[in-house]
Amino acid sequence: MGFDRREFIKIAGISALAGLGSRAAFELLQPGELEATSASYAANQGALNAKRWAMVIDMQKCLPQEGCKDCMHRCHRLHNVPDFGNAKDEIKWIWKEAFAHAFPEQESEYLAERLHHEPFVVLCNHCANPPCVRVCPTKATFKRKQDGIVTMDMHRCIGCRFCMAACPYGSRSFNWRDPRGRNAQGEPFLEEINREYPTRNKGVVEKCNFCVERLAQGKNPACVEACRHGALVFGDLADDHSEVREILREHYTIRRKPELGTDPSVFYIV
Amino acid sequence: MLEKALRGNRGYWMWIALLMGIIGVGFLFYLQQLRDGLTITGMGRDVSWGFYVAQFTYLVGVAASAVMLVMPYYLHDYKKFGKIVILGEFLAVSAVSMCVLFIFVDLGQPFRVMNVVLHPTLNSVMFWDMIVLSGYFVLNIIIGWATLGAERKGVQPADWVKPLIYLSIPWAVSIHTVTAFLYAGLPGRHLWLTAILAARFLASAFASGPALLIILCLIVRRVTRFDPGKEAIQTLAKIVTYAMITNVFFLLLEFFTAFYSGIPGHKHSLQYLFFGLDGYGKLVPFMWTFVFLAAVGIALLLVPKWRRQENLLAVAAVAVVVSTWIDKGMGLVVGGFIPNPFEQVVEYGPTGPELSITLGVWAIGFLILTILYKVAVGVKEETAA
Repeated sequence: MGFDRREFIKIAGISALAGLGSRAAFELLQPGELEATSASYAANQGALNAKRWAMVIDMQKCLPQEGCKDCMHRCHRLHNVPDFGNAKDEIKWIWKEAFAHAFPEQESEYLAERLHHEPFVVLCNHCANPPCVRVCPTKATFKRKQDGIVTMDMHRCIGCRFCMAACPYGSRSFNWRDPRGRNAQGEPFLEEINREYPTRNKGVVEKCNFCVERLAQGKNPACVEACRHGALVFGDLADDHSEVREILREHYTIRRKPELGTDPSVFYIV
Repeated sequence: MLEKALRGNRGYWMWIALLMGIIGVGFLFYLQQLRDGLTITGMGRDVSWGFYVAQFTYLVGVAASAVMLVMPYYLHDYKKFGKIVILGEFLAVSAVSMCVLFIFVDLGQPFRVMNVVLHPTLNSVMFWDMIVLSGYFVLNIIIGWATLGAERKGVQPADWVKPLIYLSIPWAVSIHTVTAFLYAGLPGRHLWLTAILAARFLASAFASGPALLIILCLIVRRVTRFDPGKEAIQTLAKIVTYAMITNVFFLLLEFFTAFYSGIPGHKHSLQYLFFGLDGYGKLVPFMWTFVFLAAVGIALLLVPKWRRQENLLAVAAVAVVVSTWIDKGMGLVVGGFIPNPFEQVVEYGPTGPELSITLGVWAIGFLILTILYKVAVGVKEETAA
């Protein structure tokens, strides 16, 4: 053995110093370079930015388009949302629920006919005070500081489903089976795969992400773009002059279960 | 001391073989779950926690109940518990092991479980539950092993054990409080959103754990030469009596608040569980079984003449164990998801593979319990001889 204790300590000491000093050395040689690389990562050229993204859903425009599912189809296709063909395992980011189910505490048998049994578009509310984020034990679900979007790191999610118990809107779906797999007939759960957005593996939770990947490219969310009737309006809730604020000033709007203190960012014109 | 678990009679080895068989079957089904995903269970997007989490919740209570032996013995110097306090501590160890395993088999991505440690999240109750449960496990195994080792050598336990014992008392309360907080802080789940949930959990824990311990003591007396002591068992029975009555009382408080206030959200889950809702009532027979067994258990425990007959006491203990399991395990966890956030009823029932995996975990727990009890009883027999 040509490796005595003195030599070991010497090498260990030098290695430790190098480890401790590497960041400092980097700073000395190229000041600001570390921060610059991480900052350029956050602010994409031409990205859509806001302090707090929000959506107004104009049901007066949506309800007359009976059977229209443009927003749902576009969203689910772009985000590789699989179709398992059964309600138990179903994954959905944006879908329709009857008024009585979307707003159970508002239900009354004397409700206006045009609303009563009509389907309302529902999706993640991107709450300002999201219970799902509060309960997640790994920060796999988090709220973006810069724009309030509640989104997920599906590589970090351990699949404990605490967030599904916590979400009072039923907005979260779990991959009970492999979305990249096939059913008993050999048909794939994903008819076609959009290469622009990752598919998931089984055992993780997912939900609407307000199209963070599209906002970063300067595009509106897929559902907003898909709606031919202008029923979905997307904008900055923190900006006095934004379109959503303009609409909210002029119309009576409601939100789902505001009494729970979650402060949802999705508003409905009824 | 562990060598004592390696020597046993024919019955002992047959019991071990039976447990290993159940574990083996459960493991095969777990491999299926790993391959196909949690779709092989009865859980779905509406009832997203089921049988596994129900067992977890129940067993945290069993674990916490060791404090019902530790406190009288170490704080009040109630000598009669001296012989069986180790049984309570080792029951806690085995119960916490099962808790951890039930969470593990419930995970969609079990191989990422260390993310909870790698990304510690102080605002998540689950993080704290992991801390208190693992802490409690370590405390009980150290305390149990150290006191048993000292007993074997015929000396007093080392000085450093005492502070750990005192620490284990509030710690036991903490594990069930934190577990209740998993549920009691979620907006929109009305059955769980109640300030007395932690209190209910503790009451039910102090009934179910000691009741299970009574059954175990009676078994130990029958299959070994170690007698846990008639009076110790009777004291346990009194603890179960008080705790079970408190548990039922707390549940009645829930009924009062829900039905006198008349707030629909507060009523719905209770209606579903006990009377059926919108024509669905899969759990109704189970909940009335709980009511019946709770009544039988309390009646048998309350009348001293009956309580003192150990045959009847065994019946009462089984009634309490089963009824608290239905109430806190199945009813509370599944009932919390029904109706769903859209006020729709989607029912749940465990599947065959789910039951097999559950049995497998219980078998692992009983294997740990058997080994630890074998060691403990072996030491007791040795020192008595």
